[in-house]
Amino acid sequence: MSRKFTIKDNSEESRLFLGRILAAFALILVLTAGLIVRLMYLQIVGHQHYSTLAKENSIKIEPTVPSRGIIYDKHGKILAENTLTYSLELIPEQINDLDGTLVRLKNLLNISDEKIELFEKLRKRQKKFTGIPLLTNMSQEELAKFAVARPFFHGVDFHLRQIRRYPYGDLAAHVVGYVGRINEDEMKELPIAEYRGSTFIGKLGIESAYEKELHGITGYSEIETNVQGRPLKTLKEVNPIAGTNLHLTLDMDLQETAYNALDKFNGAVVAIEIKTGAVLVFVSRPGFDPNPFVVGISNPAYQALQSSPDQPLYNRALRGLYPPGSTIKPFMAMAGLDYNVVSAQQQLFCPGYYQLPNSQHRYRDWKKTGHGSVNVSEAVTQSCDVYFYRLAGMLGIDHIHTFLQKFGFGEKTGIDLVGEKAGLLPSKEWKMSKKNQIWFPGETLITGIGQGYHQVTPLQLAKATATLANKGKIVKPHLVANRGSENASQEIIPLKPANISTVINAMVNVVHSNRGTARSIGTDIDYQIAGKTGTAQVAGIKQNATYNERQTEAKLRDHALFISFAPADNPQIAVAVIAENGGHGGSVAAPIAAKVIKQYLGNQPLPQPIKPIPANEH
Amino acid sequence: MNIETRREQFHAPNVVERLLSKLHIDIPLFLCLLIISLLSFVILYSAGSQDIDLIIRQALRVGLAFLLMVVLAHIDPYQFKHFSAVLFGIGIILLIAVFLMGYTGKGATRWLDLGFFRFQPSEMLKITTPMMIAWYLADHALPPRPMQLLIAGVLIIIPTLLIAKQPDLGTAILVASSGAAVLFFAGLSWRFLLAIFASLSAFTPILWNYLLHDYQRARIITLLNPEADPLGNGYHIIQSKIAIGSGGVYGKGWLGSKQSELEFLPESSTDFIFAVFAEEFGLFGCLGLLTLYLLVIGRCLYIASQAQDTYSRLLASSLAFTFFVYVFVNIGMVIGILPVVGVPLPMISYGGTSIVTLLAGFGILMSIQTHKKFIPG
Repeated sequence: MSRKFTIKDNSEESRLFLGRILAAFALILVLTAGLIVRLMYLQIVGHQHYSTLAKENSIKIEPTVPSRGIIYDKHGKILAENTLTYSLELIPEQINDLDGTLVRLKNLLNISDEKIELFEKLRKRQKKFTGIPLLTNMSQEELAKFAVARPFFHGVDFHLRQIRRYPYGDLAAHVVGYVGRINEDEMKELPIAEYRGSTFIGKLGIESAYEKELHGITGYSEIETNVQGRPLKTLKEVNPIAGTNLHLTLDMDLQETAYNALDKFNGAVVAIEIKTGAVLVFVSRPGFDPNPFVVGISNPAYQALQSSPDQPLYNRALRGLYPPGSTIKPFMAMAGLDYNVVSAQQQLFCPGYYQLPNSQHRYRDWKKTGHGSVNVSEAVTQSCDVYFYRLAGMLGIDHIHTFLQKFGFGEKTGIDLVGEKAGLLPSKEWKMSKKNQIWFPGETLITGIGQGYHQVTPLQLAKATATLANKGKIVKPHLVANRGSENASQEIIPLKPANISTVINAMVNVVHSNRGTARSIGTDIDYQIAGKTGTAQVAGIKQNATYNERQTEAKLRDHALFISFAPADNPQIAVAVIAENGGHGGSVAAPIAAKVIKQYLGNQPLPQPIKPIPANEH
Repeated sequence: MNIETRREQFHAPNVVERLLSKLHIDIPLFLCLLIISLLSFVILYSAGSQDIDLIIRQALRVGLAFLLMVVLAHIDPYQFKHFSAVLFGIGIILLIAVFLMGYTGKGATRWLDLGFFRFQPSEMLKITTPMMIAWYLADHALPPRPMQLLIAGVLIIIPTLLIAKQPDLGTAILVASSGAAVLFFAGLSWRFLLAIFASLSAFTPILWNYLLHDYQRARIITLLNPEADPLGNGYHIIQSKIAIGSGGVYGKGWLGSKQSELEFLPESSTDFIFAVFAEEFGLFGCLGLLTLYLLVIGRCLYIASQAQDTYSRLLASSLAFTFFVYVFVNIGMVIGILPVVGVPLPMISYGGTSIVTLLAGFGILMSIQTHKKFIPG
């Protein structure tokens, strides 16, 4: 291990290096002296000053939490507000015998075990020197009882606190969401200064999506305290800036109508104002009461919600995935006309079933006897399955995928809520990458009637319907008004006007012709509704078996779907309805949509189509 | 062989010395580090709300770090030199891995999640960067020529930027200064140093406007005017100044810190532990601690001056100087003359990562000191 010698002047290098060592050490000494000077300044010159601050009168910085922005509906109805209530809080660090104190409080105020359990849960999550609520929303009686016994409870006190309240309860829970106590994981990700003092954070819905704006900016006050930390006087106050109030596009009257119209069915209703993309109705039924989540929901109550077969916590409108069923047919018809694989007049024969060449498998029509010869318009109106099997076969899955994607199928709509699902628009590539299988021709056929792999969310369906009604101009749904998104996108799907009117007329006939599948809703109005019914299979039916609605158990019954917009000649509102296990789209889902449309257009002065005024007419 | 025997004629080592030379431990350095470590337990006990478990956990880490130091001291410096480039390369690859798929916590991506524990590759670069630069410069004549300087500069900037982007400004500063220190000790001309200093000053606006994150800018603004942001960054500085100032000349005595006890002083057992120390032990305590640090640095620089080859000299002196930068940046930020960057007080703050790297560095220094060969002339 000999040292490697290169041509260099070693003694010169050593001298240079020693010089550098000395220079570095000198620099270190100078900088250290700098530190010492500063320390002397703080500890000798400033000692008196800092001692005063620290020992005799400590200055505490108390954050002032801003009041959270209020959430309103379209007409100014309050969806989320702040109410002042008294809560009983314990500071564990200041209590010597916590268990004993809890027992005494329990006896004094008749506190349920559930609340004690909740307190213990919160206690694990919070720092021991902060107040942890045992009771919230205290009654006058509870306040009075505690006030008398207060001197005997060190570290326990009541405080006036702002508590978030949701007056509409389960009606808008899936839109508005709720706030809850900040947990440790959230604490790590939050800006410390902004949330010093904050106890609540939006967990779901609008409350979560617009957390930053709703929260506001925290203020603070400098408080002089004595050695025990008791406040003596306020030296300086910087007021908090309250959170921004949010005005939603939601119409609570309409929302209530839709929610009640779903009645005994689980499901979703989404209504969109076509010109703006404003979401008027966003129902997911059943809802849940968000209020218990604010103060902390008890375990049994949460378990009950979690394990309910109706899944009330599940946001069906945003995250529910359903096969579109026959509601896909207007879009398929549009695709057929657009790609020129059928003409508007061309008729195809429907014998009640369809078979691929060289195959025994019969793809059945819902009408056993068949529809006879039908053109595209009649096929939509009567919801002829065979026509769309053949149309899909002629288009091929690639064209179907490309065309439907333009309407937003298989993609998130980008609504201002967190957790939206994208659904699934199948393609050859998708099947190869996810299932490692090639695409079979039969799968193209059933995609043509909205069965198979294709899955949509109710929101997606509403958006696609609104876009169709908007003559291909893409509608972007949103829930918060005045966001600039109203003067929306200029994105347009290039569609021929003639084809659009063919499809829209067919949809009008669904409601207004005597062979339409939703003709029951077309009465008593002086405008026209365009719609399409749909029925999505929940359970597969074996070949040669017949589907009997009565015998099928409620949970296996088909989902009823309906998409619609009105007035047909000047579309204002688009509505998508899914009633889970509702059976028929026409009899169950369509009346729900009709109620929403009729109420909306009934209250709405219909904008007259703008006609140019001749210049010489006064 | 006869060289070794000749050496023994000059000075016959006794049993203890022979044993120590077998252990490859440099006694003065080892003693200083041991004293600082024991001192750290004393302060941590007070700063960490007298939690004995915390001390035990820390003692375990320190013990492991000392073990690593002794192990590294046994390796011949030639081996370090031999593997310098490889280790540096591995470090850079790991940093890129962090960049691409690192674990994110508290808004920064610094860790690689290895399943059973999280590894912070940027720590490794605190040692491998000076190793790399020293290796690169060692076999050429010194002082380095402009071309070599340029290449060395690039070699320093790559890890620095990767770490600064994580973002971890504290570690980036330490890595950059460890590399720059090598260049300084290699004899970078004073005129060149001045030029760099001038261009850095010119570079400041670019740095400020484009390279610093918002929170980093906020910290610098806070330094200049802590009262502007008393809930956020300013809070640390205001509270630590109160703690230090109220300690006075003699301090409030051990366990006497009121500020950390009342939770006025956040991060009192990690980055801001010096404030607790200054509050409890006063100016005299601070002078004592600084003296201990200076003893460590002085001994390390002495080791560097006695080193026999260029690589060892450059590496040893750089490690010594970086240790000082560590001390200076931390204390500077706690006493409010430098912006708040996440640099712990070396050997004292709670936490395992930095102590392992630090003692690994001292291990290398001890290896340099105890593996000398007698060279005639």
